[in-house]
Amino acid sequence: MPVVAITPDYKFPARDRVENYDGNQLVYVGWDHHLMFCAAFTYLIAPTATFAELRDGMLPKGFSLHPEYSKINWDSATWLLDGEPFTPQLDKSLQEQGIGHKSLLRFQTPELKGYQNAGV
Amino acid sequence: MAAKKLNLKDKYRLLTRDLDWDYDYADRKKAFPYEDFEGIKITDWSKWEDPFRLTMDSYWKYQAEKEKKLYAIFDAFAQNNGHLNVTDARYVNALKIFLTGVSPLEYQAYQGYAHVGRQFSGAGARIACQLQSIDELRHVQTQIHAMSHYNKFFDGLQDWTHMHDRVWYLSVTKSFFDDARSAGPFEFLIAISFSFEYVLTNLLFVPFMSGAAHNGDMATCTFGFSAQSDEARHMTLGLEIIKFLLEQHEDNVPIVQKWIDKWFWRGTRLLSIVAMMMDYMLPNKVMSWKEAWEVYFEDAGGALFKDLARYGIRMPKFVETTAKEKEHISHQTWWIFYNYGHAAAFHTWIPSEEELDWLSEKYPDTFDKYYRPRWELAREMEERGERFYTQELPQLCTTCQIPMAFTEMDDPTMISYRASDYEGEKYHFCSDGCKHIFDQEPEKFSQSWLPVNQIYQGNCGGPGVEDVLRDYYKINLGHDNMDFNGSPDEQRWNAWKGTEKDAKNKDAKDKDKDVA
Repeated sequence: MPVVAITPDYKFPARDRVENYDGNQLVYVGWDHHLMFCAAFTYLIAPTATFAELRDGMLPKGFSLHPEYSKINWDSATWLLDGEPFTPQLDKSLQEQGIGHKSLLRFQTPELKGYQNAGV
Repeated sequence: MAAKKLNLKDKYRLLTRDLDWDYDYADRKKAFPYEDFEGIKITDWSKWEDPFRLTMDSYWKYQAEKEKKLYAIFDAFAQNNGHLNVTDARYVNALKIFLTGVSPLEYQAYQGYAHVGRQFSGAGARIACQLQSIDELRHVQTQIHAMSHYNKFFDGLQDWTHMHDRVWYLSVTKSFFDDARSAGPFEFLIAISFSFEYVLTNLLFVPFMSGAAHNGDMATCTFGFSAQSDEARHMTLGLEIIKFLLEQHEDNVPIVQKWIDKWFWRGTRLLSIVAMMMDYMLPNKVMSWKEAWEVYFEDAGGALFKDLARYGIRMPKFVETTAKEKEHISHQTWWIFYNYGHAAAFHTWIPSEEELDWLSEKYPDTFDKYYRPRWELAREMEERGERFYTQELPQLCTTCQIPMAFTEMDDPTMISYRASDYEGEKYHFCSDGCKHIFDQEPEKFSQSWLPVNQIYQGNCGGPGVEDVLRDYYKINLGHDNMDFNGSPDEQRWNAWKGTEKDAKNKDAKDKDKDVA
């Protein structure tokens, strides 16, 4: 349903379009059932970066504060990309595997239940 | 023969009816260009009745009396170092949020009512909006004066207008009003006069003012009393407006309902900051957020919507979600600020043992299960000397602009993720309510100025987060931000009250002489 506006043609380019990020894009990454971190994180990353560069190069800074981070077994972790099951390929670029601008990646570590097994 | 003296009723009639005139030199539609485009149909403006029938002379006289009393108390408060009588220095952080987040909204309300007060072709509505506009200006001024005393003694109050325009969490309150003011005049009235002033204001105003009263803050409390009669008038006006619109034409009903749905949800998101204030920031608690929601929305609002049912108005959409959210929202919001305490211009802290028990008692179904563990983790880390601050910027909701921290209400360890695609772009939301609002007006909300995304676009200075905080937000790092524990605010407070071992701290001495 369109906005009701006094201006006849109320139309503007999206404020967060990918062109505004100087060759990079935004990717959101969240760790399900680990609410020590109140929300998913926002990363500025080149679409040509590999999944390994994101996972092993960028995620540790924020996520490693969690006492369970060092226990993550990436082989058994599962992923969702924009809500759909997803199997990342470490050596392929983000854009090659459909991780686009403002995509949301979520990972699950079923054997880790969070601090006090409380999803924290 | 002397002219007959007019009584108030006659004066009001002359002001709001006879002062209006028809234009023989211009098209009336061109004189009031904003009146039609929203689709609202007004058949007879003369049916508008302001229940207070205020005229200018009575208004000035009445307000001047209140000002005199108010400023006498401010003076006494300042001369007697009234800030030393608050329960604890932690309390002042609630004032920091109020001054940076809420007072600028009073100013926005002043601007908003001045604008719509020009745009209605009915003189009665124009006068009512004009008076409310002046009220709102008075409120922002008296709030500044009430809190200026605290600015001499506490950090974080010095640059509130600048911060309101820029700081990430203040974009939540700013964008709320920007949204209302950039809408048409009738939507503005439903948004602010009805949904906000009438339905939800008791959940903003009453908690802050009774919080002040319970915590020894005479200045803020007195401001509250002084504004109370204005607020009562605004609430009555909010009700008058909605009844007027609904009675004017049946075609107005679905439009008004759509606005109620939107602004009720926007309002509940805005109030999450009040929820955390009540449950976490007041050293002496008034009542829990859950209790406040039950009394002021579920009971009072329930009766209101029953009354409006005869016009064909139903309860706002997603009201059933709020019945579940009242158990969670304050805990999840304070956790956001605890996570990002290094990036806020006020202090955060872990609740004391006593406070944790109070929360368990007030939230028997949720606190111990979902939220106490968060605080136990935080405390464990703090005791190791590792008070944690989240290192990456959060994902934000496109509509309310709050970090995406709210959970599924039926699965409170799972973040509630919602998304929409619009013209090839992805947009993310914290709730069905925020997604619904976006989907109704994607052209508008695809313009959201999301602080995190703006930082990454390079529009907020940088390159580092610390540069943004210091140079773009003007947060005085090491003073305004970080944990209350160990803050200059805490050290000064202890020095003044002679309560703590490190009362002789050097930092505390700086401002010490100001109060001696």
